[in-house]
Amino acid sequence: MINITSLAHNYEQGRRIVFPDWEIADMEHWLLLGASGSGKSTLLNIIAGLLKPSQGEVFIHDTNLYTLPARRMDQFRGKNIGIVFQRPHLIQSLNVLDNLELAAVMAGVPVDAEHNLALLNDLGIADKAQNYPAQLSQGQLQRVSVARALVNKPDLLIADEPTSSLDDVNAAQVTEMLTTQARANGAALVIATHDQRVCKYITKTYLL
Amino acid sequence: MNIFKISSQNLYRNKLTTLLNIILVAFGVGILTILFLAANQIGNKLEKNAKDIDLVVGAKGSPLQLIMSSIYHIDFPTGNIPAADAYRLMKNPMVKRAVPLALGDNYNGYRIVGTDTTFTGLYGLSLQSGNFWKKDLEVTIGNTVALTAKLHIGDTFFGAHGLTGNSDIHKQHAYVVKGILKPQGNITDNLILTNIGSVYKMHEAPEEAHEHSATESKEINNKQITSILIQYRSPMSVIVFPRMVNQSTNMQAASPAMESARLFSLIGVGVNTLKWFAVLIMGIAALSIFISLYNAMKERKYDLAVMRCLGASKFKLFLLVLLDGLLVTAIGTCLGLLIGHAALELIGAFQESSQARLSGMLIVPQELYLIATGFFTGVLASVIPALQIYKVDIAETLTKGH
Repeated sequence: MINITSLAHNYEQGRRIVFPDWEIADMEHWLLLGASGSGKSTLLNIIAGLLKPSQGEVFIHDTNLYTLPARRMDQFRGKNIGIVFQRPHLIQSLNVLDNLELAAVMAGVPVDAEHNLALLNDLGIADKAQNYPAQLSQGQLQRVSVARALVNKPDLLIADEPTSSLDDVNAAQVTEMLTTQARANGAALVIATHDQRVCKYITKTYLL
Repeated sequence: MNIFKISSQNLYRNKLTTLLNIILVAFGVGILTILFLAANQIGNKLEKNAKDIDLVVGAKGSPLQLIMSSIYHIDFPTGNIPAADAYRLMKNPMVKRAVPLALGDNYNGYRIVGTDTTFTGLYGLSLQSGNFWKKDLEVTIGNTVALTAKLHIGDTFFGAHGLTGNSDIHKQHAYVVKGILKPQGNITDNLILTNIGSVYKMHEAPEEAHEHSATESKEINNKQITSILIQYRSPMSVIVFPRMVNQSTNMQAASPAMESARLFSLIGVGVNTLKWFAVLIMGIAALSIFISLYNAMKERKYDLAVMRCLGASKFKLFLLVLLDGLLVTAIGTCLGLLIGHAALELIGAFQESSQARLSGMLIVPQELYLIATGFFTGVLASVIPALQIYKVDIAETLTKGH
């Protein structure tokens, strides 16, 4: 489902990273491994359609991502790719449920309130639906951000260092959540990490 | 969930800043509302009450005072003129209609105007109930007078000397209400109309009272009146007639149009100062909204990057930030209009002279300009912060985190 070919990116400071070709099939789970500064985040941003590479192509479902006009690209990302960042990045002025709805609204998809509640339930934070981000713990926030990434039933779930700021218990929970939710939603999963605690859950690795 | 909700939630999160900005906008709009409303009503009143009156002739003194006292019934009369001279002038061929006025008394602040039937013709008065005055001491009262003084047909009351206050009451004669006018929407709503003879009667020494029961023309010959309202036969008289009055008689002629214009130019300075003050406040409001939005962008950058990430287009987020500014100015503008109307109503309620009372219950077309100004202020203040959207690098913002 995802194909990257002859991809390379030049940083502003002049550094150049060349990425090996990569093919991800439907519903596959991959780890993106590499030391910090090796370009993990850059590659994830490129796959997510957030950063235009200097060279090469990214295909998602036969769509050449970087040939789409800006508006279509935003829509495409909203509908097909769910992203979990290192930090939860929730909208502070909206409660948990509204944060989930926001994902649907921004992608121009009808709001499916039942699905959203089911997601929160699966992630064990249904009772926090009406709470604001400031009232939640780090672990809970990260769960909400996982739920938000899954709101539009994406084909690809991307997580960038999702466990780096979490303790062992939460890290294990979040990783398990990501894998089970990706499976349950029929999405391919890519986790970028250098966290050994994640490695035992996923076998396929792409090394940078 | 739509961008309206996102925007309002964001504003609610920054309550104090939002409140300050709303107050600034409301204050600016409020002042402008009061100015527009007051100017409009005063202008309207001046115009309506002086509609068919080309000239006022009265005793020498301030022409503005003569106009104010004889047409608007606000100021004190300049003095009296001999009725014989006035009568001669009223018969002048250039005059189409002349209305004699005898002022000087009031009832509860409502002026008692001694005049004749030409007055009803001049103002086009019609009765709601009862009759016009016919004999001495009969009065026909304006609608507002009837309502606020609770006078009904057949009621009697004593007039008081002077234009306000009840200190010097003419106890020897009581007026009797014979008729009530329909609401006219002009000064006559606030007047008590009677014949000139009644006014004379009030001011005679009590022992002389019985001696004078002669005809009206005889009374006029011996007496004095306050002023005459004159309507010309032809517009040509505008130049000749006032000069004739001013040079060849002991009276003065004042043109309502000219004096109103002069009055406006006098209060115009104050109105202009206030107007610029309000514009300045609106400017400060715009600046304050701009600064708060611009500062908030540092923090909101992450929110906006997340929304981009979730599939929102740059334009949608541009609108979102614009909406923040617009919501503040929209609420501020509505509040300002309300405050303006309420304040004017309050001012009106505390005004002493019922003749010039201002009302906050009217809406003037200029308020549309105010709404447009509010909208424009919102756009002006938020367009630069909103344009920042186009510069945010989502990938970098989200990867680097807070």
